[in-house]
Amino acid sequence: MANRTFFGGIHPYEGKELSKDKPIKTILPGSELVYPLSQHIGAPAKPIVQAGDKVLTGTKIAEAGGFVSAPIYSTVSGTVKGIEKRRVVTGGMVDSIIIENDGLYAEVEWPEMKPVEEMTTQEKIDLIREAGVVGMGGAGFPTAVKLSPKEPDKIDYVIANCSECEPYLTSDYRRMLEEPDLLIDGLRIAVGLFPNAHGILAVEDNKMDAAKLLMDKVKDDPLLSVKVVQTKYPEGAERMLIHACTGRDINSSMLPADAGCVVDNVDTLCAVGRAVREGRPLMERIVTITGDAITDPCNYKVRIGMNYRDLIEDAGGFVTEPAKIISGGPMMGFAIFDLDVPTTKTASAITCLTKDAVAELAPSACINCAKCVDVCPERLIPKNLADAVENGQEERFLREYGMECCECGCCSYICPARRQLTQLIKGMRKIQLAKRRK
Amino acid sequence: MSESNPNTTLRRVSSNPHVRSAVTTSNIMFWVAVSLLPSAGYGIYHFGVNALIILLLSVGSAVAAEFIYEKLMKKPVTIGDLSAVVTGLLLGMNLPSTVVWYVPVLGSVFAIIVVKMLFGGLGQNFMNPALAGRCFLLISFPAAMTNFNYLADAVSTATPLAALKNGEAVNVLDMVTGNVAGTIGETSMIAIVIGACILILLGIIDLRIPGTYIASFAIFVVIVQLVRGNGFNSAYLSAQLAGGGLMLGAFFMATDYVTSPITNRGKYIYGIFLGVMTGIFRMFATSAEGVSYAIILGNLLVPLIEKWTLPRAFGIPKPVKQKKAGKEAEKA
Repeated sequence: MANRTFFGGIHPYEGKELSKDKPIKTILPGSELVYPLSQHIGAPAKPIVQAGDKVLTGTKIAEAGGFVSAPIYSTVSGTVKGIEKRRVVTGGMVDSIIIENDGLYAEVEWPEMKPVEEMTTQEKIDLIREAGVVGMGGAGFPTAVKLSPKEPDKIDYVIANCSECEPYLTSDYRRMLEEPDLLIDGLRIAVGLFPNAHGILAVEDNKMDAAKLLMDKVKDDPLLSVKVVQTKYPEGAERMLIHACTGRDINSSMLPADAGCVVDNVDTLCAVGRAVREGRPLMERIVTITGDAITDPCNYKVRIGMNYRDLIEDAGGFVTEPAKIISGGPMMGFAIFDLDVPTTKTASAITCLTKDAVAELAPSACINCAKCVDVCPERLIPKNLADAVENGQEERFLREYGMECCECGCCSYICPARRQLTQLIKGMRKIQLAKRRK
Repeated sequence: MSESNPNTTLRRVSSNPHVRSAVTTSNIMFWVAVSLLPSAGYGIYHFGVNALIILLLSVGSAVAAEFIYEKLMKKPVTIGDLSAVVTGLLLGMNLPSTVVWYVPVLGSVFAIIVVKMLFGGLGQNFMNPALAGRCFLLISFPAAMTNFNYLADAVSTATPLAALKNGEAVNVLDMVTGNVAGTIGETSMIAIVIGACILILLGIIDLRIPGTYIASFAIFVVIVQLVRGNGFNSAYLSAQLAGGGLMLGAFFMATDYVTSPITNRGKYIYGIFLGVMTGIFRMFATSAEGVSYAIILGNLLVPLIEKWTLPRAFGIPKPVKQKKAGKEAEKA
């Protein structure tokens, strides 16, 4: 078999011990739920309700706005209050459907489902699309699109990304321990979409208990296997994980399908399973509330649309005033300036830290130490790229593969001079991507 | 309703990642200075209080030069990054213990002001400041810089390499422990290697540059000896490896971040270049030593090496050579 890992990477403080032993708690939302119309990559969803409409748990409130888009469902019963701009985790104001929760959680009548074995591939993909399933690891790419590549027979592997390499996060880990069958069922369904595919559950070796449990569950299935990968950030980055599991390499302009792979996150596969088996839309996800500023770090099963502040309050609030609140983990998450934001399909955690490592030290001169080169999983020279950005050398940036950057943040993490390497490179990539679109 | 809750203060945000490793420039420099202490300490033990005074003068004037320059130029003072301490210490360790007081001072001021600050300060110098300072002193004070008569009774104390060059026998064991003539910090191979181990264990340096440097130097020496018809002489080879500034240069100066290549392949090429150049200087030039000049020359090649060895990014396919592609097309 191929390598167990990839080139480069870092070992930041994991922080997983804070919440890894806390079983998933189900939490009920407050009186108001907010559903941003754009919580996935692609066109925003189009609202199909109006202020005053009554909705039930599972009522579709917005439909897909295009092929690369996803519908949104109400996760409570109640009344639509309106559609207005609301703050989301990235800081912007996004058109959102606001629903007043009546506290009854009355559900729609779920459809009678055909047994999965009798469904055609297209029927299954339609169910996944209709359920609004998107990549729940953070990217939010509509899963139905991912699962319908041009040449399905060329897909060799469906990789369940169980690596959870992001520090502090334990939501996938808890899901693997507590609902392994749901995950495996989702993976089986995804594997079944392709005539020649095998399923791989890729678990980092710091979660051996979960890996062993999954191994035990799939030992009789010739199509599925567990791959234990090295604990290292960013092991769960799509291109790195494909390399670790199959030894195949893809660059930024290729898709996983070009290497015969499809990669899906744990929560995503669970949602796939429920969409196909039960006809249930994506309405909930596991969120880790963690960090040294939280009184009682834990893992929640959260209805999408629920306010972050309610989650923090249920976790006992803050022990000390956090210096930084991050939606997601500390490597890839978004720092938020206000807790009044809703849980979306891609919100994996809220990490509240008492120490703001970024503000503590100002950037200083680069000493050419090459630590960024040693950790860059894309084998770039982050120092050169950042210099090129600072000096406005776009051509050099492109020539030295600046667009290959996966924005994992390893270079910024390791830089002893505290340069904002990832941030500089990310900025230039955005400019270049915008230029391409023109 | 869309307004933020007025009771909460807005928190600081920044672009991810939000965590940083504990290693900073100043603690790297701190550990480099600490790992130089075994050899500096041995130098003081071996050469006496003079050596201590020279080290203090070179470190003090390096830090003072940086401080005064930045004050005069109204720039932020950066002596806190400790890089001037390392430069001063390295320069002092590269001087004989017999030099008069203004030699280390002039060397440090030249290293800091001319080589480092005038080019833009830390990270911008294209030569190792300590080595450039030493070469400046070698040219300015050739006699004082090669006077290794540190013993009071003025017995001839040629460095082992000079003795070796003249065909005299040398005591390799003394060269390993450091009980020989030489500059303050270069004589004891053991002390230098202890310091190097600290840096390697802390992950501050690795063996890519020093390893290829020392190995390619050794291979070069063996080849030249064989070509000259002297046969393989392990004592000669060990004396070459333990003698002069090779160990100090390979572990502490060739590995200087600022003036060595950033690319991985570049590091190997740089190491091989240094090994071969040091060999050429030692075996074909008039002087017995060649580490300083080899590293200085290597420093000048770094931008070129970096340009040549730019790695292909992950997942970028190897460019298919024209000929091969042509053949494949023919077959098809």
